[in-house]
Amino acid sequence: MDTLSAFVEMGGYARFVWPSFALTFAVLASLLVVSLRSLRRGEAELAALRAATGAAPADGPDEA
Amino acid sequence: MLRFANPARFMLLSAALLPWTAGATGVLIAAGLYFALFASPPDYQQGESVRIMYVHVPAAWMAMFCYTVMAAASAVGLIWKHPLADLAAKATAPVGACFTFLALLTGSLWGKPMWGAWWVWDARLTSVLILFFLYLGYIALINAFDDPARGLRAAAILVLVGFVNVPIIKFSVDWWNTLHQPASVFRMGGPTIDAHMLTPLFLMGLGFATYFVWVLLLRLRAEIVAGKIRALRLRQVRAAPATPVSGARPARAEG
Repeated sequence: MDTLSAFVEMGGYARFVWPSFALTFAVLASLLVVSLRSLRRGEAELAALRAATGAAPADGPDEA
Repeated sequence: MLRFANPARFMLLSAALLPWTAGATGVLIAAGLYFALFASPPDYQQGESVRIMYVHVPAAWMAMFCYTVMAAASAVGLIWKHPLADLAAKATAPVGACFTFLALLTGSLWGKPMWGAWWVWDARLTSVLILFFLYLGYIALINAFDDPARGLRAAAILVLVGFVNVPIIKFSVDWWNTLHQPASVFRMGGPTIDAHMLTPLFLMGLGFATYFVWVLLLRLRAEIVAGKIRALRLRQVRAAPATPVSGARPARAEG
C-alpha cells in the first residue's frame, strides 16, 4: 500500500505527471474514435447509395 | 511506393495493414507505459516529473514528423497531381495537430514545476505554437473552397511555405538562448541521456508512430469513401433531368 501511494504521489509531481498522461490518452483516443466513426458513417452511406442507385438503370430510374 | 498509390490497391493493402497497426500500437504503448511509469528511474535533478518526457518528447517528434509527411505528400500532389497524395496530406493534418497540441500541453505541465511558468515566449515554444497554427490554417483552408481540388491545392502551397518552420523548431534550441533544453537524443555524437530513459522514450515514440499510421489509414479510407459518395451523387444529379423524381416537370419524349 505504501508503494502504491508513493507511486500515485509521483514524488510530489502528481498534479503534473498524471494530467500529462491522461490528456495524451484522452486526445489520442478521441481522434481515433472520431476517425473510426466517420469511416463507418461513410461506408454505410456509400452502401445505401449504391443500393438505391444500383437497383435503378443508369439512364433513369423507373420509380415516380 | 507508387504501385500502391492506386486507390483500389490502397483499399486492399490498408485493409490488410489495419489490424497490424492497431496491434502494434497497443503493444508498443503498453510496453512504453510500463517502462515510463514503473521500470525507469527518476531524474537526479527533476525527480519524478521527468516521466512527463515520455509523452512530451514523442508527441513533439510526431508533431514535426507529421508535418514533414504532409509537406512531402503535398509536394507529390502538386507536382504529379496524384489524388491519393493530396488526400494523405489532408488525412495527416488532424493527427499532426493533435500531437502538436499535446506537445504544447504536456510541455506546459512540465514547464510549471521545472521552470516555474506554464508558458514562456521562447524560440522553441513559439515556433511550435506557430506549427500548431499552421496545422489549423491548413485544415481551415482545405474547407474554405467549394471545389475540394482547389482547397487541397491552396492548402498544399501553405504547407510547403510553412515547412521552413520545421528546421527552425529543430535548431531553435541551438540558435537562440532558451529555457528549453537542447537535443539529447538525435544529436551528433549520440544521445546524452541514460539508456534506462531511452527505452520508454523509443517505445512510446514507436507506439505514437504506429498510431499515426493506423489513424492515417482509417482517415484515408474515409476520404476515398467520401470521394465515391461524391461521384455517385454527381451522377445522380446529372441523371436527374431525365428522371422526374421530385417536382421536376414530366417531360416524356416518346421514341
